[in-house]
Amino acid sequence: MSESNRELEPLSDPGLPEHLHRKTDVDPLAAKKAERQVSILFTLSALGTILFVYAYIWIPEDTLIFLPLFNVTNAHQLFLGLGLAMALFFIGLGAVHWAKTLMPDHEVVDYRKEQRSKDEDRAAFVATVKDGAAQAGLGRRPLIKRSLGLALGLVGLSPILLLRDLGPLPENDLNETNWKAGTRLVTDPGDRPIRPSDLEVGGVAQVQPEFPAGKVRHLDDIAQDSVLLIRIRPEEFNLDAERLSWTYEGIIAFSKICSHMGCAVALYEQSTKHLLCPCHQSTFDVTRAAKVIFGPAARPLPQLAITVDNEGYLVAKAPFNEAVGPSFWGRDSG
Amino acid sequence: MSARERIAGGTASFIDERTGAAKWMKKTLTKVFPDHWSFMLGEIVMYSFVILLLSGTFLTFWFDPSMREVEYEGSYEPLNGIKMSAAYASALHISFDIRGGLLMRQIHHWAALIFMAAMVVHMMRVFFTGAFRKPRELNWIIGVALLTLGIVEGFLGYSLPDDLLSGTGIRIAEAIIQAIPVVGSYLSYFIFGGAFPGEMFIQRIYAVHILLIPGIMLALITAHLMLVWYQKHTQYPGPGRTEKNVVGYPLMPVYMAKAGGFFFIVFGVTAFLGAVAQINPIWIYGPYNPGQIGAGSQPDWYMGWLDGLVRAAPPIETHAFGITISWNILIPGLIIPGIIFTLMAFYPFIEQWMTGDKREHHVLDRPRNNPNRTAIGAMSLTFTLVSLINGGNDLLATHFDLAINQIMWFSRIGLIALPPLAFVITKRICLSLQRADREKVLHGRETGRLVMLPHGEFIEVHEPLSPEKAYVLTAHEQLPALEIGEADANGVANPQGLKGKLRARISKASQEQISKPTSKEMLELEDGHH
Ligand code: HEM
Ligand code: FES
Repeated sequence: MSESNRELEPLSDPGLPEHLHRKTDVDPLAAKKAERQVSILFTLSALGTILFVYAYIWIPEDTLIFLPLFNVTNAHQLFLGLGLAMALFFIGLGAVHWAKTLMPDHEVVDYRKEQRSKDEDRAAFVATVKDGAAQAGLGRRPLIKRSLGLALGLVGLSPILLLRDLGPLPENDLNETNWKAGTRLVTDPGDRPIRPSDLEVGGVAQVQPEFPAGKVRHLDDIAQDSVLLIRIRPEEFNLDAERLSWTYEGIIAFSKICSHMGCAVALYEQSTKHLLCPCHQSTFDVTRAAKVIFGPAARPLPQLAITVDNEGYLVAKAPFNEAVGPSFWGRDSG
Repeated sequence: MSARERIAGGTASFIDERTGAAKWMKKTLTKVFPDHWSFMLGEIVMYSFVILLLSGTFLTFWFDPSMREVEYEGSYEPLNGIKMSAAYASALHISFDIRGGLLMRQIHHWAALIFMAAMVVHMMRVFFTGAFRKPRELNWIIGVALLTLGIVEGFLGYSLPDDLLSGTGIRIAEAIIQAIPVVGSYLSYFIFGGAFPGEMFIQRIYAVHILLIPGIMLALITAHLMLVWYQKHTQYPGPGRTEKNVVGYPLMPVYMAKAGGFFFIVFGVTAFLGAVAQINPIWIYGPYNPGQIGAGSQPDWYMGWLDGLVRAAPPIETHAFGITISWNILIPGLIIPGIIFTLMAFYPFIEQWMTGDKREHHVLDRPRNNPNRTAIGAMSLTFTLVSLINGGNDLLATHFDLAINQIMWFSRIGLIALPPLAFVITKRICLSLQRADREKVLHGRETGRLVMLPHGEFIEVHEPLSPEKAYVLTAHEQLPALEIGEADANGVANPQGLKGKLRARISKASQEQISKPTSKEMLELEDGHH
């Protein structure tokens, strides 16, 4: 603040207020009392540790007790924690109380200097750098400069290249699932093939594609293949002829993997025939081919065309005709 | 000399003769720290970081970061015989078969929440008091980096146990990565080692969670503290406190005892929460399976605002030429957070540009004395808060019996309309507080005592402020707005032309103040009184 500014100030700085003595500074009895308080706090900490050790060794791990606020709770875990909490907390409280009542409480003043270096130091610094650069002579030797630039630029590539084997390329993976024409639908869990009659009107079932014997279902498969079967009365569908032909006797099949960000679309509301994704509440209308009627999802859930095979079990009529799950750059959405 | 003094002296002398540290140590031990409750916020951040290191190290002794499929056999009977990842099984093992294991898991998780909360509140303190001003801009930027890393670290942490809830969180993170234009699906395949969820992810984020990010954070925290040390702490305005000094308590013994004690208090409180308040009961969620989900899936609160933005996003995707761009994911998931964190990091320089003030500041602002900054802060907080509320829209809907549709429209409109409203209201409040300060300085404090004048009129007795109080209320400077073509406080001419005009306009709007009493006014009043 400049001097002229100062004159405009309404009040001049009255300076540091006078130091007031605490009771413990002037009254030895008060000081003695504070000392006792501090030692009581430290003792409480010691008791906390004893509680901790007691709980660790002697309270069996499966002891359940009833406490008013906590309902039924595990005593081993509770007293272990309370002991540790006490042991730590009272050390802290003791130290702070000690500092506040018995250690000196004189405020002291220290002075600052500007962060900026003095002008001559700055000039000297710049000169040193320039000097150093000149001695290296990079400016005079363009050949070195360019080849060094090349070398440094290239050496940065190797760590990036080293990361290449982190994973395979996606290829066409994201567009494909294990559903083929004729793949049987099997229950999840259970892996049993299903007939239309197994699902009553109003019912829902989660299914997976049947795997040939010996092939193991991994989570990667479930993340792409999971399908929800829903059965409603056929006249309730509001579908074009093609999509209607993908259903079977009122049974319609959708990918269970949300077209928004891939959560499992798990909530089916029977009365409204809406499917709801619990992640961001995208809501899909089952009667209209899972059209999005609410929420951030931008696409309907992909529909799987189904029919029955000659043994009467539900099968896929064709693979999904689009990629399931969240969108990606190369997703061919027609 | 007592035996203890002899040992202390001997140790000191041993170290000094080998390092020459005595001179530096003497200066250090008498270093002055100003005292104020709001200066403890940063300490809480630091202490909970230490608690995270300690409790996290304990967890690593048993945690098995592997997605190998195992069949659970352990003390938690409902899950016996269920197939799950080794990571989830080992987190159950820590919770049920290691004495104190569940306690440590809960302490670790509570410490993470306290760490993040304290960091946010600490940042608010720094922002609203202007502590980020020159020369402390670098420390502000380090702070923004720490906040960002903290969010990532916390997310990776609660992803580790590989339960149904955390797996769902990873699924969403994967969708964000996959949505990145051009390279998204490649990035996702590299990160997950193939298709989601793959068998590599937990072991990879484990290395990042326990080594890479904590290491970077530790380095940044060290730099942060060294700068605080070297630049000396800021202080609130008050009698005897100037830009040139720092008033407080010496490090040894008062500050050391208080700070050391405070560490144990924070640790004790965290342990208490870990003991009595259940957090992340993973055994209830079950193992992760991409075909299943729990209702009411919610991330930890520091991610909740992002989730709220995602939920509020309109369902827009561009489909053209065989490619897809998911605006509904990119905008709330990457673009808005990117803009927010960039603006936040550059705010000290943005403010310098608005005010033209490039001088050093060591005395803090009372928030009301910088209405523009305070209003910007309130605006940003409002935005984040509305997003956070929308992140819990499903819970709100079920608890308060509201339609989810109403909440979404409230949030969408609120995200756009409420922040500017908060800006205007906050600015008005600051200005009226300034007016109240001015009244107090000129006419004293209202005491609430009424006296009857001889002719029957009642007046309220005003008590003059003490010189100390009055000084606090008037010690701030009120910078004039920049004029077009005028030099700023640093002597740099303000450019003419459109840019200059714009800057002058912004500066004028941002420098609106109620002028504080002048010395002339004070003198006149004093004359009137006598
Ligand atoms: C800023 C630092 C950190 C944050 C914010 C953080 C946060 C978290 C969170 C929220 C969890 C989930 C806990 C649960 O509910 O189960 C977690 C798990 C874990 N963290 Fe950290 N953490 C941090 C640092 C560390 C460090 C330094 C280590 C090890 C040296 C560590 C080791 C672990 C382990 C092993 C787990 C999984 C064990 C389990 O969940 O049972 N963390 N972390
Ligand atoms: S993942 Fe289903 S709504 Fe977002």
